[in-house]
Amino acid sequence: MSEQFEPTIVGFTCNWCSYRAADLAGMSRIKYAPNVRLIRLMCSGRVDPQFVFKALAEGADGVLISGCHPGDCHYVEQNYKTMRRFALLKMTLAALGIEDARVKLVWASAAEGNILAEEIDKMVAEVKALGPLNWKGDRRPKTEDGRVPSSVIGHRSVVEGVAV
Amino acid sequence: MGEKIGVYVCHCGSNIAGVVDVVGVAKWAEENLPNVRVARDYKFMCSSLGQEMIEKDVKDLGLTRVVVAACSPHLHEATFRNACKRAGLNPYLFEMVSIREQVSWVTKDKTVATEKSKMLISGGVRRVVHHQPLEPLFVDINPNVLVVGGGIAGIQAALEIADQGSHVYLVEREPSIGGHMAQFDKTFPTLDCAACILTPKMFTAGNHPNITLLTWSEVEKVDGFIGNFTVQIRQKARKVIADKCTGCGVCEEKCPKKVIDHMFEAGMGTRKAIYTPFPQAVPKYPVIDVENCIYYQRGTCKACEKFCPTGAIDFDQKDEMMTVQVGNVILATGYELFDARRVPQYGYGRLANVVTNLEFERLSNTAGPTSGKIVLRDGVTAPQTVGIIHCVGSRDIKYNVDCSAICCMQSLKFAHLVKEKTGAKVYNFYIDIRTPGKTYDEFYRRILDEGVHFIRGKVAEVTDAPRFPGEEGKLVIQVEDTLAGRQLRVPVDMVVLSAAMQPRVDSKEVGQKFGISCSANGWFIERHPKLDPVATMTEGIFIAGVCQGPKDIPATVSQGAAAAARVLGLIGQKQVTLEPVRASITQDNCSGCRICNNLCPFNAITFIEDRAVSDINPALCQGCGTCVSACPAGAITGSHFTNQQIMAQIEGVLFDLNVQGAREEMERVPA
Ligand SMILES: Cc1cc2nc3c(=O)[nH]c(=O)nc-3n(C[C@H](O)[C@H](O)[C@H](O)COP(=O)(O)OP(=O)(O)OC[C@H]3O[C@@H](n4cnc5c(N)ncnc54)[C@H](O)[C@@H]3O)c2cc1C
Ligand code: SF4
Ligand code: SF4
Repeated sequence: MSEQFEPTIVGFTCNWCSYRAADLAGMSRIKYAPNVRLIRLMCSGRVDPQFVFKALAEGADGVLISGCHPGDCHYVEQNYKTMRRFALLKMTLAALGIEDARVKLVWASAAEGNILAEEIDKMVAEVKALGPLNWKGDRRPKTEDGRVPSSVIGHRSVVEGVAV
Repeated sequence: MGEKIGVYVCHCGSNIAGVVDVVGVAKWAEENLPNVRVARDYKFMCSSLGQEMIEKDVKDLGLTRVVVAACSPHLHEATFRNACKRAGLNPYLFEMVSIREQVSWVTKDKTVATEKSKMLISGGVRRVVHHQPLEPLFVDINPNVLVVGGGIAGIQAALEIADQGSHVYLVEREPSIGGHMAQFDKTFPTLDCAACILTPKMFTAGNHPNITLLTWSEVEKVDGFIGNFTVQIRQKARKVIADKCTGCGVCEEKCPKKVIDHMFEAGMGTRKAIYTPFPQAVPKYPVIDVENCIYYQRGTCKACEKFCPTGAIDFDQKDEMMTVQVGNVILATGYELFDARRVPQYGYGRLANVVTNLEFERLSNTAGPTSGKIVLRDGVTAPQTVGIIHCVGSRDIKYNVDCSAICCMQSLKFAHLVKEKTGAKVYNFYIDIRTPGKTYDEFYRRILDEGVHFIRGKVAEVTDAPRFPGEEGKLVIQVEDTLAGRQLRVPVDMVVLSAAMQPRVDSKEVGQKFGISCSANGWFIERHPKLDPVATMTEGIFIAGVCQGPKDIPATVSQGAAAAARVLGLIGQKQVTLEPVRASITQDNCSGCRICNNLCPFNAITFIEDRAVSDINPALCQGCGTCVSACPAGAITGSHFTNQQIMAQIEGVLFDLNVQGAREEMERVPA
């Protein structure tokens, strides 16, 4: 291995609590791991299991789902539905051999920028320990001599010898 | 797809540019991302020059989509949508990427920050291609307003709105409006009599042509959304016909059944089974307390009916349900008092002369059970020494963590009243003295000058067991004086417990009825603690007074007026615009499984029996998208958050890892 592995994580946040927690983390200048790329949805209830599989299939090493605390959902009770759906999703993921720590559900209110940042740091460390998922192998395009073209960037460094 | 996308990367002064290589990012986007016609960087995109730059490009280059990478969309999404609109582009063909809150402000390494910015922008560019032109939803605002709770907060709000000409339904669960303030004698810091300033307002509210006063009533159900709420209200049977009652009071006089009044008199006085809670009650007609009325227990009596000169008593009256339509709601449900029995070492309920603050208010009230004489429970003896204990049930992790905000001032007020009325020696036991209001600290100094003793320390115990001479027949307050650093035993005749204000037991339930939530402590949560203290996360629902958190009367009145102003602002606009983020069902694809039917908390989804498909009412849908992701047939689309859009964004943010995106990039012929 030439360099340390940096995981890439896709995060889904609700619009009302967790995306605002990310806003607050920014306003408070809390530094956290840069590995998470957030996608805003209106509610954690919008997270379709397809999105999680899609992210993992596209090369993400983990998926974070974040919404309002139970009881505080902007849409009254939809995060309870997220909770139920998440339990099913976890069973499917386990059956597919995807480690528990790779897909996480985290509650963060609009006042909890620090908690979101902490959870992200924690998750990044855990996924880093697990190593790359490479669910479908290293899918980055290669030039003829097997290098990744320089136009294909990202702070994820190549793990030589591991990539399929 | 043939879209022409403009990408704009903001420096935000040095907020972004100090960490992210904005010039490099823009250049990369233009060279590498599909469909990008132009990518520029600019010092302040939100400035008028920045916006004009977008408008000009839309017109000159024929852009069909716009992506701005800058601060959070919660800050400037509306700004850039408007810029698009001015340039003739549908505002929903725009996407905002947060590279300040999510990148430059939270990332140390500059290279990494630049790469992350590229990926987030890539997500935005991929997503925006699938955006569809949308029209905002306009909703008419019904000018009627519901105010729940008739304390000083609710009364103030109702009057402000009614005076402006809108109709108010003021719902109060007790037989009279007035709330806690009606129970008080004097109010700090001016010591003016509570009744003198409150009763005129109560009277005006009760007689206002624009206020429908619904006392002895409860809100049962709330449906709808901002502009159009349908509210079901239960008017509990008073057993008195309001139209016939003149409020003469003969019934109360003749009723043979005396009951201890735990509500208004805080257990210090009595009332009859048919009663108005206090002489200045609004409305003036009484209610029959069915649980204590002799007729309902034994089938005979009806003394009130016999003597009522207008025949207003109706023993068969039933609860009535009414439905009202309102555009906005103000919740002003106030607080309840902490149960001092929960601190057993203070002896309340066991030691006769330990009283609560509310009991003391009734004792010292000229209209109260002792005509304002401060006496011991025997009803005659004036106390010679009184101990007032602050912070009972507040600032204590065992009970309520928050400061009750008023009990220092209220304890100082009591100290003054005791001195003034009895000349007794007064000790105040406090943890900290908190008097932050206007002229409040002056009030504290005045009480100090009056010779009240202050002992800093949390009282350990109140006991009637004497240990030293002079303690016989007294209540002894055991406390560590933390300033002097020694234990004290202070013998007194009467102990007043300044019990905390705490959320109503049913506050969570009430909040859920209106779709708002409570903080961990149980107070209703405001939209923003500083900038939006009376709005809530639910549009059209406002909060005012102590139900939002402990506060005194001046702050309560300000919030009542503020909530009214917010509502009047909305009524003045006549319409609100709502985000066109809504779910809809493609009925040809719906299998009629009904999985979605029970998922919607707003009852927006109904099942059309004869066609065996489900249908969404766009007026009720709030756009959460939960049903969209649940439909096994993929028949539900969530506008502006479609599967296509989100899938594309996932691909986009994983550009560096994802074959398809990278291929496209490699194959891309520069425009
Ligand atoms: C002992 C004591 C002394 C005080 N002295 C002072 C003082 O001297 N000066 C000062 O500035 N402040 C004082 N305060 C603070 C003051 O009481 C409050 O600031 C003020 O009364 C709050 O008014 P409110 O309208 O928010 O609540 P409340 O007075 O509690 O009114 C709420 C009303 O809503 C009704 N209600 C509740 N739930 C529902 C429901 N679900 N449906 C319908 N109706 C409902 C209640 O019956 C009540 O009438 C004192 C407080 C205490 C405890
Ligand atoms: S879940 Fe989908 S298929 Fe089932 S009833 Fe609802 S819209 Fe129709
Ligand atoms: S998107 Fe949410 S609010 Fe709209 S119909 Fe579906 S479940 Fe109800």
